[in-house]
Amino acid sequence: RAVESQSEGQCAPVESLWRRYSEFELLRNYLSVTYPHIVVPPLPEKRADFVWHKLSADNMDPDFVERRRIGLENFLLRVASHPVLCQDKIFYSFLTQEGGWKEMVNETGFQLKADSRLKALNATFRVKNPDKRFTELKHYSDELQSVISHLLRVRARVADRLYGVYKVHGNYGRVFSEWSAIEKEMGDGLQSAGHHMDVYAASIDDILEEEEHYAEQLKEYLFYAEALRAVCRKHELMQYDLEMAAQDLTSKKQQCEELATGTVRTFSLKGMTSKLFGQETPEQREAKIKVLEEQIQEGEEQLKSKNLEGRDFVKSAWADIERFKEQKNHDLKEALISYAVMQISMCKKGIQVWTNAKECFSKM
Amino acid sequence: AASTPKPLPSSGPKSLREMPHPLATSSSEEMGPALTPSPDLLLPRSIADKDLSLPNGTPVDTSSPASSSSLLNRLQLDDDLDVETRDLFVTVDDPKKHVCTMETYITYRVTTKTTRAEFDLPEYSVRRRYQDFDWLRNKLEESQPTHLIPPLPEKFVVKGVVDRFSEEFVETRRKALDKFLKRITDHPVLSFNEHFNVFLTAKDLNAYKKQGMALLSKVGESVKYVTGGYKLRSRPLEFAAIGDYLDTFSLKLGTIDRIAQRIIKEQLEYLVELREYGPVYSTWGGLEVELSEPLEGVSACIGNCCTALEELSEDMTEDFLPVLREYILYAESMKNVLKKRDQVQAEYEAKLEAVALKKEDRPKVPTDVEKCQDRVECFNADLKADMERWQNNKRQDFRQLLMGMADKNIQYYEKVCVT
Repeated sequence: RAVESQSEGQCAPVESLWRRYSEFELLRNYLSVTYPHIVVPPLPEKRADFVWHKLSADNMDPDFVERRRIGLENFLLRVASHPVLCQDKIFYSFLTQEGGWKEMVNETGFQLKADSRLKALNATFRVKNPDKRFTELKHYSDELQSVISHLLRVRARVADRLYGVYKVHGNYGRVFSEWSAIEKEMGDGLQSAGHHMDVYAASIDDILEEEEHYAEQLKEYLFYAEALRAVCRKHELMQYDLEMAAQDLTSKKQQCEELATGTVRTFSLKGMTSKLFGQETPEQREAKIKVLEEQIQEGEEQLKSKNLEGRDFVKSAWADIERFKEQKNHDLKEALISYAVMQISMCKKGIQVWTNAKECFSKM
Repeated sequence: AASTPKPLPSSGPKSLREMPHPLATSSSEEMGPALTPSPDLLLPRSIADKDLSLPNGTPVDTSSPASSSSLLNRLQLDDDLDVETRDLFVTVDDPKKHVCTMETYITYRVTTKTTRAEFDLPEYSVRRRYQDFDWLRNKLEESQPTHLIPPLPEKFVVKGVVDRFSEEFVETRRKALDKFLKRITDHPVLSFNEHFNVFLTAKDLNAYKKQGMALLSKVGESVKYVTGGYKLRSRPLEFAAIGDYLDTFSLKLGTIDRIAQRIIKEQLEYLVELREYGPVYSTWGGLEVELSEPLEGVSACIGNCCTALEELSEDMTEDFLPVLREYILYAESMKNVLKKRDQVQAEYEAKLEAVALKKEDRPKVPTDVEKCQDRVECFNADLKADMERWQNNKRQDFRQLLMGMADKNIQYYEKVCVT
């Protein structure tokens, strides 16, 4: 059970309290539902994934727990630095109120707002007029997820192999030592060179540990891609609901017209049966028309508000998406730069070791 | 009085100093007791004595072994010869493939430049195939049994695994053959060997080979050391030490060979993964707008790293491993010479015993044998010291090569990393 201690960062009194991973999950769910147009920062992975052989896949492993802790901290920092999310009261109390927070969240009734249809990841909704931008964005997020996870998988394999290369060099250390024992002039040189080989072999551990940080940065955006996709899906659903409502309205209007004029334009079982079993009385018809007219009015109002909602959604979603894009470009650029810097430092260390070994050899 | 050979500036083996010069009028000198020199001793070198004239036409080593050693004294050639004092240069290059009805094989051009009197012309250029080198080596072993003959690259290659006609294989072999001849060239005694001379100069080597077969009883060439039958009483400590050293040495080199091969294997597997890694960044770059440039950059970097790594592995395979294997072969042949030495000593001891029983004043045969033994021991010490020095230099050379390669690789990384 990974727990995290948070401290109040913004206000004066520095408090800290304990939270479980499941509470983080609850917080995030709440935020996702309450702010559907926002790309909500992701949580770190629940289970260790993309591990290379030295890393443990065990959830209780201290390294994993530490990485998770950093990930959770990062999550909170992201939320805190978001212009909209940071103002949320539930978030605030997550940071400040130890007891009763869970109940408070549940009291908001956010679960009712949660659309269960969103849980069905693969369900498709045939939207007649999809918003091109959102379609493209969803496509992009799918591709991004695919490419980053591929990258992380290969990177893990690369790390594995590199580890092997470095470690075998350690064998040089041992054999040079043994060999130096039988040599006279060459002995010292061999011995000290062997020592450098040992250093070289050992250096890979730190190098790869550092690289894990880069992997974590990529992972964050892998999960961010999921969040991005979620926004697109919500829009899709909205659009779908809108279209369904419009469709419903249109069919009701049609029904109304038919009843009023007595013409049957569309085939309906009711129409057929009434034809077969007798017409309705004018009073009945009037009543029906009235009901329909009420429904139509309701429907029109609903449609209006849905349209408004939709437009608002699109506007604010797109604003956050732009914000997200900039954040992503900035963060990833930095991540790539620091990765390159890491590689350079690794090479420099390599040069150092081999230069030292070379010197030892030259003294043989 | 016979002209005495130039005194050795160091405390060399006494028996050599006292040995009569073959060119001088012989006055039988008393043979001092055989002294076994310490293998640690580096016999000092001085520049060749310029007014020394070699026996006409007859290369030293076909006469009795006695003359070889004194010649060694006289010549005192420095191993680290300056170009100016060297008078023999040999190169192996220009491999060519020959396709005949019966077989396909490669010949190499052997070029010789020299000012030595043993050679009729100052320059020679002949074509030789591996068989010829092998023949030469056998002849040298036969005619110079007390010397360490440099090793040849391996004769047999596992067909199917290695392509005998691939550029890399031919080049590796050429380098090894070149080194083989250069080592002989640098050797103060071997370089004057008649067979070596013919090898470098004869247009038709095969005719000479056939001729050689017929004259098996040539003096000196057929100095055969009886194999087997004699049991060695006590091996002098330093030879036991050399034997042990060579055993451990071969063992360690073998281990290093295996380690190096393992590293190359791991590197190649690493390379496989890297080759998949790079393009993923490229794919990603295709998705992005602002990030596409840096992502493409990373992809390109990784591509360059792959190339550099490939070069490193190739260099290791072509330059590092063959040298290791060569030294292992060298150690093997050295051990054989040691065995022969043991045989000689054993024979000497047995003969000595036999003579003691006969109660003769001056045992003649054992003297020869003893002389021989001295020489063997001297040469061994000599050559062992040589080998050490060569070894140091060679090691330094190819270690520097390894380092250089690692450097190159690493510098590639540096140049190529993008920010």
